[in-house]
Amino acid sequence: MDAAAAELGTVGTQDAPAVELRGLSVSFMSERREVVALEDITFSLEPGSFLTLLGPSGCGKSTLLRVIADIVQPRTGTVRVFGRPPIEARKRREIGFVFQDATLLPWRSAIDNVRLPLQVGGGAQGARSAGDLLALVGLAGWENALPHELSGGMRQRVAIARALLCGPKILLMDEPFGALDEITRDRLNAELLTIWRETGTTILFVTHSIHEAAFLGQQVLMLAARPGRVREMIRIDLPEPRALAIRDTAPFGVLSARLRAVLETC
Amino acid sequence: MDAVSRIDASVAQAAAPTDAHAVWLAGQRWLRWKRLLLPLVGAASLLFVWWALVAVLQVKPFIAPAPQVVAVTLWQKADILLANLEPTVIEAVSGFLIGNFCAIALATLFVHRKSIEMAFLPIVVLLNSIPVVAKAPILVLLLGNGFSPKIAIAAIICFFPTLVNMVRGLEAVSPQALELMHVLSASKWEIFTRLRLQSSVPYLFAALKISASAAVVGAIVGEWIGSQEGIGALIIQATYAFDSALLYATVICGSTFSVLFYLTIKLLERLCVRWVPPATG
Repeated sequence: MDAAAAELGTVGTQDAPAVELRGLSVSFMSERREVVALEDITFSLEPGSFLTLLGPSGCGKSTLLRVIADIVQPRTGTVRVFGRPPIEARKRREIGFVFQDATLLPWRSAIDNVRLPLQVGGGAQGARSAGDLLALVGLAGWENALPHELSGGMRQRVAIARALLCGPKILLMDEPFGALDEITRDRLNAELLTIWRETGTTILFVTHSIHEAAFLGQQVLMLAARPGRVREMIRIDLPEPRALAIRDTAPFGVLSARLRAVLETC
Repeated sequence: MDAVSRIDASVAQAAAPTDAHAVWLAGQRWLRWKRLLLPLVGAASLLFVWWALVAVLQVKPFIAPAPQVVAVTLWQKADILLANLEPTVIEAVSGFLIGNFCAIALATLFVHRKSIEMAFLPIVVLLNSIPVVAKAPILVLLLGNGFSPKIAIAAIICFFPTLVNMVRGLEAVSPQALELMHVLSASKWEIFTRLRLQSSVPYLFAALKISASAAVVGAIVGEWIGSQEGIGALIIQATYAFDSALLYATVICGSTFSVLFYLTIKLLERLCVRWVPPATG
């Protein structure tokens, strides 16, 4: 065990940060050449907070989420999720993941898709019933619909309900609304904030929309590309709870302009 | 205005429409009838051409029969035809079941042990390129003269398309779905049963539909070589006896079975795949 890991400890505690990264680097092999996806990422995140990750394509935003979810292994550095290594957090069902594509199993009805986490990985307990969760994401009455009968927005709602089933302490969202039209995306943004307040879960949300990043996040982590590294952590001081109309106010305009200015230097 | 739309317009007028909507509705009704009737008209006209050619050119009965003679033969020799159909059905269906079972099992192994796939898939492709007619005598020598060589040939024919499609189907899982299963800590077995197997079902049925017809071909080709019974044997006997009417009736009998076999698989597919697959749908 290296020094950083020893310092962080491996036993989760209540006061441990939701996510703590120290000197994280990730590389991929591409045609016998090492490509550095992330370099020396260090930051920590308090439990219950909402962080958006913003950066140009190729800055490793998605890779960062995948390291936290134990999908990708880092080359160097330490990762702790509520004080534990990601693999433990994953096995304790503390991590919920929402992909850009809803990734529903097309042969299962909406409610059976939500129940999938109970049927694999050694019989976890659902924190809430699948029916309640479908109602929470606004899909009451659609329990038995097959994915191809749902719109893109509705499919993504099912994916969110599925990610929430085991009551995750942290929800990782990888451009979940990127493929949706603007009207649907706005509505889901507003609903996601409601869900966040209601469940109290920590959310890491990857986006390439400045407006989405500023509207949703309490903080925005700006990443620069090639190699992916932390550019700046920007606090979003907008009043809570936020409604969509906040995007028409002057402070929101100032914040977006600042994010845009930083993004241009990434 | 072309001929078809002129007919459409006249039919619509014959229905005494009072407004444009009624004209449109009548047109749609006529379109539905056309879809139903035109294939029948096509078949009937081909039968007529056949009959006319035989009658006008005075084709000798041992060269080619007239359609009505074939129809009579089908009726009069129904017992011989059915007696010979039975072994062919047994061979084709057994071969279908055995060949597809082996293909699915091997595809499962390939997907889980990449090194086995790398070692054996090229050989499988090579073996597949040998024509059935060339494989058949080898199998007859190996397996003797009973049911077994025919079943083996039918099985081998079914085996290859299913193997290739099943490997494709089992691997046609999106990387995100695999990541999802990983986040959910699913075991390899769970990924196989809950994800791979299910998403391969449309690919499997595409292969089963091909192999349903192919199994019949395999059984018939097997019967060509030193067999006393079966549709294939009857084809050979009728040919050497210059009994063209029996030959045609036998071919019709065999293809009817082939079509029914295919339709059965298609019906099964309807029952099993109610969801629309993401890419192939």
